[in-house]
Amino acid sequence: MNKLQSLENAIATIPDGAIIMVGGFGCPGTPFTLIDELVNQGQSRLTLIKNDANESGLGISKLIENGQVKKLITTHIGLNKSVVAMMNDGVIEVSFHPQGILAEKIRTAGAGSYGFLSDIGVDSEITDPRQLITWQGNTYKLEEALPAQFALLHAATADYFGNLVYRASAMNFNPLMAMAADQVIVESPRIQEPGSLAPASVHTPSAFVSSVVPLDQLGDAYGLMPGRVTDEVS
Amino acid sequence: MNTDRMLNRAAAEIASGQIVNLGIGLPTQLINYLPESVDVLIQSENGVLGAWKQASKETADAALIDAGGVYTTTREGSCFFDSAVSFAMIRRGKVDMSVMGAFEVDELGNLANWKIPGRFSPGIGGAMELAQKTPRIVILCSHNDKRGNPKILKRCTLPLTAKRCVSRIITDKAVMDVTKEGLLLREIAENIQLDDLLAQTGAELKVSDQLERF
Repeated sequence: MNKLQSLENAIATIPDGAIIMVGGFGCPGTPFTLIDELVNQGQSRLTLIKNDANESGLGISKLIENGQVKKLITTHIGLNKSVVAMMNDGVIEVSFHPQGILAEKIRTAGAGSYGFLSDIGVDSEITDPRQLITWQGNTYKLEEALPAQFALLHAATADYFGNLVYRASAMNFNPLMAMAADQVIVESPRIQEPGSLAPASVHTPSAFVSSVVPLDQLGDAYGLMPGRVTDEVS
Repeated sequence: MNTDRMLNRAAAEIASGQIVNLGIGLPTQLINYLPESVDVLIQSENGVLGAWKQASKETADAALIDAGGVYTTTREGSCFFDSAVSFAMIRRGKVDMSVMGAFEVDELGNLANWKIPGRFSPGIGGAMELAQKTPRIVILCSHNDKRGNPKILKRCTLPLTAKRCVSRIITDKAVMDVTKEGLLLREIAENIQLDDLLAQTGAELKVSDQLERF
């Protein structure tokens, strides 16, 4: 039941070529420490699934800029000039999905199903005609479930069974990815004894979590981004 | 470009009782132009219902941003949720209005704002679902691009985000409605002549009988 694991050991279970989901929307909910360890260990040919590419020099952008990533499955990378340039140069393959469709593909995999029918973008260039299904007179797009081998997540609080609680907008994709990956590695700055979290307040049940990595200290990436806040707001 | 004028005008679109999503860039700034009396729930697709004004250094929380990455605050009665719930809310039409930017918008209400092939492809983000499923789409963008080319066109040339989805277009120069008869010019900025506006627009504009200045 005790899923506490060291940072090094938890990340060492990830092989080259792995398909990895990474929590976070922008900075909140991004597991910066787990990502930095993956940069240190140097696994290569990775496929990453994340809402965005963080920003240059930060989070998964480090992995991408370091040449460890062959494919990124995402929704929006407009805030990361480095990754946009690498995509334009053909250095990395980027697959874009509508944000809620990416979330739902992950949620579907996490629910043990294989796909769902949607009408989002049916007549747009993101739809391959082979995905279209006509049922009772309506045309839908078959969206396949999107599972992964690993998920790297950040939780505000965890117990060492792996029950997780997220904070504010740091929830985002984390609880969905927790359910959709085979091996779920979670970092958290607050690890508590089982029994100390109110059962009804748990966002992700421990059954979905493989490893809990304690964060002794939070680096700069977890703080307010420099230059993004001013004393005076207009 | 007078962004204050645009944002003030766009803020007037938001009425009490609505749930409103604001797109990355100019639209998210709109929240700072809302009068305190407006009782609205701002939906931020990263998982916030009830986002409020931009945070100061004292109030900023590293775990609380809007969808554009700006530190935000929340109003009373707000809640947080995951990305699947956020887009369930959007696809089920629970968000009443969305204000978003555009690369191009045309007289049929077609919208292109996710991809300029070969130049800039930031990605779809939440735009496709918002454009397709939100009852009222208001576009807030510059009237012309950096090279002076019109963004308001007879037909979009870029890959579409969604077809026939736009209700109203607010630019630094004009307020236009998409109607069955094409684009109806309702308001014109104080600093531009009608002839100049028409010359800087890539679609035919029908001029309202009650044309106003803003």
